[in-house]
Amino acid sequence: MSIQDYPSRLSDPKSRKAETFSYLPKMTDEQIKAQVEYIISKGWNPAIEHTEPENAFGYYWYMWKLPMFGETSADAVLEEVNACIKANPNNHVRLIGYDNFAQSQGANMLVKRGDI
Amino acid sequence: MAKTYNAGVKEYRETYWMPDYEPKDSDFLACFKVVPQEGVPREECAAAVAAESSTGTWTTVWTDLLTDLDYYKGRAYRIEDVPGDDSAFYAFIAYPLDLFEEGSIVSVMTSLVGNVFGFKALRSCRLEDIRFPLAYVTTCGGPPHGIQVERDKMDKYGRPMLGCTIKPKLGLSAKNYGRAVYECLRGGLDFTKDDENVTSQPFMRWRDRFMFCQEAIEKAEAETGERKGHYLNVTAGTPEEMYERAEFAKEIGTPIIMHDFLTGGFTANTGLANYCRKNGLLLHIHRAMHGVIDRNPMHGIHFRVLAKALRLSGGDHLHSGTVVGKLEGDREATLGWIDIMRDSFIPENRDRGIMFDQDFGHLPGVIPVASGGIHVWHMPALVNIFGDDSVLQFGGGTLGHPWGNAAGAAANRVALEACVQARNEGKEVEKVGKEVLTEAAKHSPELKIAMETWKEIKFEFDTVDKLDVKHK
Repeated sequence: MSIQDYPSRLSDPKSRKAETFSYLPKMTDEQIKAQVEYIISKGWNPAIEHTEPENAFGYYWYMWKLPMFGETSADAVLEEVNACIKANPNNHVRLIGYDNFAQSQGANMLVKRGDI
Repeated sequence: MAKTYNAGVKEYRETYWMPDYEPKDSDFLACFKVVPQEGVPREECAAAVAAESSTGTWTTVWTDLLTDLDYYKGRAYRIEDVPGDDSAFYAFIAYPLDLFEEGSIVSVMTSLVGNVFGFKALRSCRLEDIRFPLAYVTTCGGPPHGIQVERDKMDKYGRPMLGCTIKPKLGLSAKNYGRAVYECLRGGLDFTKDDENVTSQPFMRWRDRFMFCQEAIEKAEAETGERKGHYLNVTAGTPEEMYERAEFAKEIGTPIIMHDFLTGGFTANTGLANYCRKNGLLLHIHRAMHGVIDRNPMHGIHFRVLAKALRLSGGDHLHSGTVVGKLEGDREATLGWIDIMRDSFIPENRDRGIMFDQDFGHLPGVIPVASGGIHVWHMPALVNIFGDDSVLQFGGGTLGHPWGNAAGAAANRVALEACVQARNEGKEVEKVGKEVLTEAAKHSPELKIAMETWKEIKFEFDTVDKLDVKHK
């Protein structure tokens, strides 16, 4: 392959990324479910956040309800992910796994890119 | 007790060999691997190490009797064979807490690796491990921020972070150097790094470099919407100059600076770590000179000791070796010292060369940095070995991409995310690495070219891994 340009531009909102998994193609429901199962298997608390794509750089996105403390059903979490997407169709949506022992987020991944 | 040797070696064992001594929780414990001179019994040799690294000298002096030397002395309390080496033995020494100044790694090192290493009764000596008592750990500042705070500040979770050392290491102008930084960061890396040799040479003075790199960071952040950093090296010829550079780095709002803790020294390092804690700067630590100190299995200081010392002195990142890259590093030993960097409590584990339990209490962890001769094909192994709390640094593996730094960075980022996704799905990522990368390359021409450029390597590392058994 001949040398290609790297097509990232300040002027192109599509060049904005949003951290973990934002360099991968859109995940299928099955793939999102696998990530939810990973979070649950680690004993972390699943949570969902979303934001308008233009505000994604800030530390704080909107919480979709409260973190799902103690939730062990991947389907239940997936249902909330889909409910968040439905209610905020243009927003970025990310899935978080709160690791309360490390006082950190064990996982924080983009599961749906908003429309830009 | 009968004399079994002569010529300048004092009978140390009467005072310093205490096989019945039960070490206290508050004691410092040290394990030295010692090869004695011919004819010197092990007990005498171990006692000599204890003496020369604590209160002893070659002759009795009258002022010894003005204090309670039995309290202050180091105590050789155990001797063990070194597996696989009949010439050497392990000497275990306990030291009372108040032999060392609070919060001063310099004080500890000056005693434990001071005169004793030139002592004539020893052919060679290696400090294998130190147990720092928790009581002493609490007097040390430790990492300025630690792993969790760095993740929060940089907003990076659930994956290793990615870095790259800018090359060529010497000779670029500040503006061209900033260009290389910008290209890496816009392509998807989290960090770039000053090469350790870069300080403030005539071709690129530090202030110019800091300004150009900061613009590179800011533009890459605006472009990608992600937080970025460049480790600005503030290592300098004097502490005053070092602080001036750190101060300027803070003023321009850069997130992270860098120091070389062995060539710069523990005094400078601890002071800089305190400065960083006070001023909200992350601190990346390079380890130039470590190979001089830690590579010889018979003489010097093991890297696990240097890693402990750095964690106490302070640093948020520390180079750890890669296991798989261009630099030597045994897998089990490396896993041992990355635990030492990150965990709160590290149990004794002889299979990894860890001789003592180590309790770091509340002290924050240090992020291990894997750097040196790694490329996209190593990604599955690196993700498996280092886990999420690490920085994986691809220098040539980013800058050497046929389409340039941005494409090289994107290739690494895609490869990393694909490996993390696969790992989270429960796949054995080291085993299925090739399929994972090949699949990911279908939507990333940058990764596809990177994979063609750096040819495939094997992923079953158990077969190529060599355990360092010759000195165990």
